[in-house]
Amino acid sequence: MTALAPAIAFWIAAWAANVWLARQASRAARALVPALFGAAVLVLWEGAVRAFAVPEVILPAPSVVARTFAASLPLLWSDFVQTIVKGALSGYAMGCGTALVVAVLIDRSPFLTRGLLPVGNFVAALPIVGVAPIMVMWFGFGWQSKAAVVFAMVFFPVLVNAVAGLSAAERMQRDLMRTFAASYWQTLWKLRLPAAMPFIFNGLKIATTLAIIGAIVAEFFGSPTRGMGFRISTAVGSLQLPMVWAQICVAALAGTAFYGIVAWAEARVTFWHPSQRGRG
Amino acid sequence: MTRALPVLTVLAIILGVWYAATVWMNAPQVRQAAARAGVDLTTAEVVARSMSENRPMLAAPHQVAAELWKGVTGQPITSRRSLVWHGWITLQATLTGFALGILLGVGLAVAIVYSRVMDAAVMPWAVISQTIPIVALAPMIVVLSNSLGLGERLGVENRLVSKTLIAAYLSFFPVLVGMVKGLRSPDAMQTDLLRTWNASGAQEFVKLRLPASMPYFFASLKVAIAAALVGAIVGELPTGAVEGLGARMLVASQFGQPLLAWAALFAAAILAGMLIVAVGAMQRAADRRMGVRG
Repeated sequence: MTALAPAIAFWIAAWAANVWLARQASRAARALVPALFGAAVLVLWEGAVRAFAVPEVILPAPSVVARTFAASLPLLWSDFVQTIVKGALSGYAMGCGTALVVAVLIDRSPFLTRGLLPVGNFVAALPIVGVAPIMVMWFGFGWQSKAAVVFAMVFFPVLVNAVAGLSAAERMQRDLMRTFAASYWQTLWKLRLPAAMPFIFNGLKIATTLAIIGAIVAEFFGSPTRGMGFRISTAVGSLQLPMVWAQICVAALAGTAFYGIVAWAEARVTFWHPSQRGRG
Repeated sequence: MTRALPVLTVLAIILGVWYAATVWMNAPQVRQAAARAGVDLTTAEVVARSMSENRPMLAAPHQVAAELWKGVTGQPITSRRSLVWHGWITLQATLTGFALGILLGVGLAVAIVYSRVMDAAVMPWAVISQTIPIVALAPMIVVLSNSLGLGERLGVENRLVSKTLIAAYLSFFPVLVGMVKGLRSPDAMQTDLLRTWNASGAQEFVKLRLPASMPYFFASLKVAIAAALVGAIVGELPTGAVEGLGARMLVASQFGQPLLAWAALFAAAILAGMLIVAVGAMQRAADRRMGVRG
C-alpha cells in the first residue's frame, strides 16, 4: 500500500489544483488542466501497479512502458514507417485525392448528387474495415494492401463531405459570380471550393483516424515481419505487454499528430469561418 | 419517386462498375485455366465464366447475393454455417457495447456540462482518445479480460467481454459530443424562465435540458450504433474468435473461400443498415411521445 498513498495524495492535489485552475481566465491555465489530469492518471496507474504488484503480463507500469519505448526506438521507427508512412499516409493521400476529384465530377450533375448523398452516407457507416482480408488477397502482404484498405475506408466519408460542401455556396454568391461572367472553373476555384473547405476538412479529419485504424487492422491479416499491427499481434502472443503499450503510445502519438496537422491546416485555410474565429 | 430515382441510378452505376470490374479482375484466371485445359475461349465465354468462378478474385454481385441467400436460408438459423447465427453473435456484442457506450457517454456529458473542471480536464482527453486506434488495443483487451477472468465473474464469455469493450469505446464518443452539445442547447431565456418558476437544478435538468438534448442524442446514436458494430467486428478479427461476422470473414479469407468472405461482409453491411433504421424508428417513436409534429 506504500506506493498507493502518495499516488492518491497526488491525485487529490492535482484535482484541487485543477478546480482552482479551471476558474482562471488565462489560456495557459486552461491548457494546464488536461495536462495535470493526464499526469494524475499516470501517477495513479503507476502507484496502483506497484501497490497491488500487478504482474507485467496484465498491466505494465507506465515507467516500464517508457523504458521499453526508449530502448526499442529503432524497432518502433521501422514499424512506424511501414504502417503509418507507407500504409496509412499513401492510402490517405490517394483516397482523399480521388474522393475530391470524384466529388467535383459528380457535382456537375445535380441528379447524381441527389442519389449519391444517401448512398454515400450509408456506405460511410458500414464496417468497411471488413474488406481488409480481401485486399490482402488482392495486393499481397506488403504495404500496398494496407494502402488499399485505407483508400476504401477514407473514400466515402471524404466524398460525402466534399459533395455536401460543394453545394454550400449560397445562391446569391453564385449569382454574383455569374454577373461577373465567371467561368465554371473560376466559380469552382474562387467561390465553391473555398466555401466547401470547412466540410472537406471535416471529412479529412474523420479520415485521419480511419486511416490509421485501417492500416493496423489490415496487418492482422498478413504482413511482412514489421509493422505496428504485426508487432502488436506477435507481442501479445508472447506476452510482451510493455512492447504492446509502447506501440499503442506510437499509435496514439501518430494519430494525435496526424489529426493535429490536419486541424492546423484547417485553421489556416478556413480562417474566415465562424468556428475558427476568435481563436487567438 | 423523385427521391428514389437518383438513388437507384447511383446504385445501378455502382452495380455496372462492379460487373465490369468482375470481368476485368477474373478474366486472367479464366484464361489461365482455359490455357491449361487447352481450350480456346471466345470473348463472350470469358465474360460468362469470369462471373461464375468458384474462387474469384472479385465475386460478381449475383454470386454474393446467392451466397448470402444460402447463408441465411440454407440451414436452420442455429447452425454454425448460418450467417444469421454469426450475425446474432456479433449483434449481442454490438448492443451490449452500444448500451455501455451510451451510459458512459451520457454520464460523462452530464458531468462535463455541470462541472467546469471536468470540462477542462476530461474533454481534451476524450478527443485524444478517439485518435488512438482502438484496434491496436484489441488483442490486449482480450488478454486482459482473459487473465482477469472478467467473463467468468460476469457470467458471460470472455470473447464477448473484449468485443463489448471495444464496441463501447468506439460508440461512447459520438454520444458524449452530441449530449454535451444537446444539454447546452437551451438558451439563457429558457433557463431564466425556469429560474423565475423557482425550478430546482434537478427539475431544470429533467424538464428542460434532457428534452432539449433529444434531437442531438438520436443523431449521435445513429453514428454510435454504426461505430459499435465496427468495434464488435474489429474486436473479432485479431482475437482468434471463431464466431461472429468478423471471424467469418477472417476464416473465409484464410481458407480460400472468397465468396463466403464477401457474403459475411454484406451481411455485416445489412446488419448495419437494419440497426440504423431501428434507431431511426426509435427516434420517431420518441418524437411522437414528446409531441413533435413533423
